[in-house]
Amino acid sequence: MGLENTLFESLPDVVTVKLDAVVNWARKSSLWPATFGLACCAIEMMNSAASSRNDLSRFGAETFRASPRQADVMIVSGRVSRKMAPVLRRVYDQMPEPKWVISMGACATSGGVFDNYAIVQGVDKIVPVDIYIPGCPPRPEMLVHAIMMLQDKIMKESVKDRRDTFEPESRVSIVPGTLPVTEGTALEKETEIEVSQNRVSRPYTIPSRHERRRSS
Amino acid sequence: MTQKLQEFVEILKAKNDSWVTEVAEGHGEVTVFTPREFIVEACTFLKSEHGFDMLADLCGGDRGPEEDPRFEVNYHLFSTTHHSRLRLKVLLSEDDPHVESVVSIWKTADWHERETYDLVGVIFDGHPDLRRILLPSDFDGHALRKDYPLRGYEPYSMN
Repeated sequence: MGLENTLFESLPDVVTVKLDAVVNWARKSSLWPATFGLACCAIEMMNSAASSRNDLSRFGAETFRASPRQADVMIVSGRVSRKMAPVLRRVYDQMPEPKWVISMGACATSGGVFDNYAIVQGVDKIVPVDIYIPGCPPRPEMLVHAIMMLQDKIMKESVKDRRDTFEPESRVSIVPGTLPVTEGTALEKETEIEVSQNRVSRPYTIPSRHERRRSS
Repeated sequence: MTQKLQEFVEILKAKNDSWVTEVAEGHGEVTVFTPREFIVEACTFLKSEHGFDMLADLCGGDRGPEEDPRFEVNYHLFSTTHHSRLRLKVLLSEDDPHVESVVSIWKTADWHERETYDLVGVIFDGHPDLRRILLPSDFDGHALRKDYPLRGYEPYSMN
């Protein structure tokens, strides 16, 4: 009595269809966002996803994953500090292809009112962005609209466009000065030496793949 | 209200007159200006003999590049037994912003001193692990100095 019965009655055994169309349809219908709440925009993001009023699950995008390995779309909701930038980039790198990025709100898009040394002036300096949402913060409807626009965009893609990013490319995309542990003051260099010789038991951060590649 | 605190000032003066260079009073609080070479001795004395067992806060300040001494470090002492609050203040010149660390007296001073070093650029001699704590480790300059440009130095400004 289900959908299968109806389909099997009305359709032939073999259906020819454009590969892109069916793959993109599958991809756009289950966009799983990575949890990346950074500031006040994250509250609106939670409202979009978890509240029954807006209900992102109508578009297949309700399953927020705590692990970037299981996510398709990163919603950067809020201001990105310089210290957060390498973390954000790492989360992006950990997401498997195909992946998309939504820059939510004025701060993620352009730094917003925070035009200072601490805030990255637009998240597109760190990761490629597919959809920008204006607003401070944007209403949940705007995020829902952004998801729908992303779905439209996905339908226009080709499977051939989505391959793994080559290593040199991902390395170039890192803005100098956003990685931790590069060149510091003389005092910090001393500490770095101590860390490298295991004289200090607490390293500042675990060096990322990028850093190791950079220093080698 | 400050009478009790003034007693501590008198005790400090009686112990060693050179520990107190100036006393400021306002809003029911007492601030003791201490030369930097005596800060560890004064703190040890106040903690061990007068019950100031808690360092409620340690913070730095920049009075501006035109001032001399330019930097200050404030030690906010609190006693959990007699509930008094006392502030010690050390003034530092721009050329030589060094002060002895008080980590050996209060463990909590560790991160407070790192923060002060990070944002104001005061160097705490004898600190076990003086690294940046809030800003990225490759950050250039000290962000809360009055002459620090709003958008930062290269490559942070990204202009």
